[in-house]
Amino acid sequence: MKVVIMGCGRVGSRLAALLDSEGHQVTVLDVNSGSFRRLVPTFKGTALLGDGTDEDSLRKAGIEEADAFVAVTQGDNRNVMAAQIAKHIFNVPKVICRIYDPLREELYQTLGLDAVSPTTVLAQLLREKLVE
Amino acid sequence: MYIVVVGGGTVGYHLSKALLGEGHEVLVIEKDAAKVERIEEELGSICMQGDGCEAATLEEAGAERANLFVAVTDEDEDNLVACQVAKHKFNVPRIIARIGNPKNEALFKKLGIDVTVSATNLILEYIEQEVPTHPLVHLRELRKGELEIVEVKIPSTSTAVGKQVKELPLPSGSLLSLIIKEEGVQLPTQDTTLEAEDRVIAVTKPELEQALRNILTGS
Repeated sequence: MKVVIMGCGRVGSRLAALLDSEGHQVTVLDVNSGSFRRLVPTFKGTALLGDGTDEDSLRKAGIEEADAFVAVTQGDNRNVMAAQIAKHIFNVPKVICRIYDPLREELYQTLGLDAVSPTTVLAQLLREKLVE
Repeated sequence: MYIVVVGGGTVGYHLSKALLGEGHEVLVIEKDAAKVERIEEELGSICMQGDGCEAATLEEAGAERANLFVAVTDEDEDNLVACQVAKHKFNVPRIIARIGNPKNEALFKKLGIDVTVSATNLILEYIEQEVPTHPLVHLRELRKGELEIVEVKIPSTSTAVGKQVKELPLPSGSLLSLIIKEEGVQLPTQDTTLEAEDRVIAVTKPELEQALRNILTGS
């Protein structure tokens, strides 16, 4: 599978390493080249400096042939916008984005985006651990 | 009219000032406390500190009774999300977004934000009009891009020079509406003769633009 990941933070770099080690073809985009230090030394994919809300950068990252796109930058709005570009302009079959704000996540779920809110997921997880 | 403005920077400030002057009820939503303070000092208590992309903030702002929602922050993605929340969660009837990257115009349209204003595009259009490098200049889009008004300058090398309008094989779906000649403005008839340096204002479907250009400027 060809995957484009936007945002090479802790989550992005870790996801990149996991998919890469499973043999997927991974391209990671970040606006800050310093972020790529988080990639594991064995990473065989591509690290590309660029803004995932910009169509040209996405094209350079190979979005047109990508099977999946994941937006995991720190900015909810940036993730939402990039995910919508991937889904509606480039018709990427699988698009997932992180939205910290649960209310925003809810709205974009109803608008058809596959959104994950770490806030909701973690709160739920912690509650289960506590009341177990 | 009740107008909610997201973004209290230079654009938001002057926009709100003008709208207030026209007698509208205006509420500005701005994240930065210093900007909020400046607006409140100069324009009165019309500013609320908060994130205009958050549904809770917009609810507090009474977005559901807004007649118009305008997002003018510096960030395209913030304007997009604020507008989508206003549109889908609060059903605001009219929405306008400011965009910085002209390419985002198409994306915003596709996502249902029909009215966008791009300073970059506006300046480019002015440059085109003031310093015409192309024989065809876009003046305005009509009916959400189904039609456009263009201006074409007839070059002296064009095969259209000396021809009457009825002799031109104009594609149906495009119409010459006005001809600006040296001696003045004319409403073209079938018998109007085109001359070099005439400027033609035409209404056309976007897909016929190339054909129209070839007929009027081709040599």
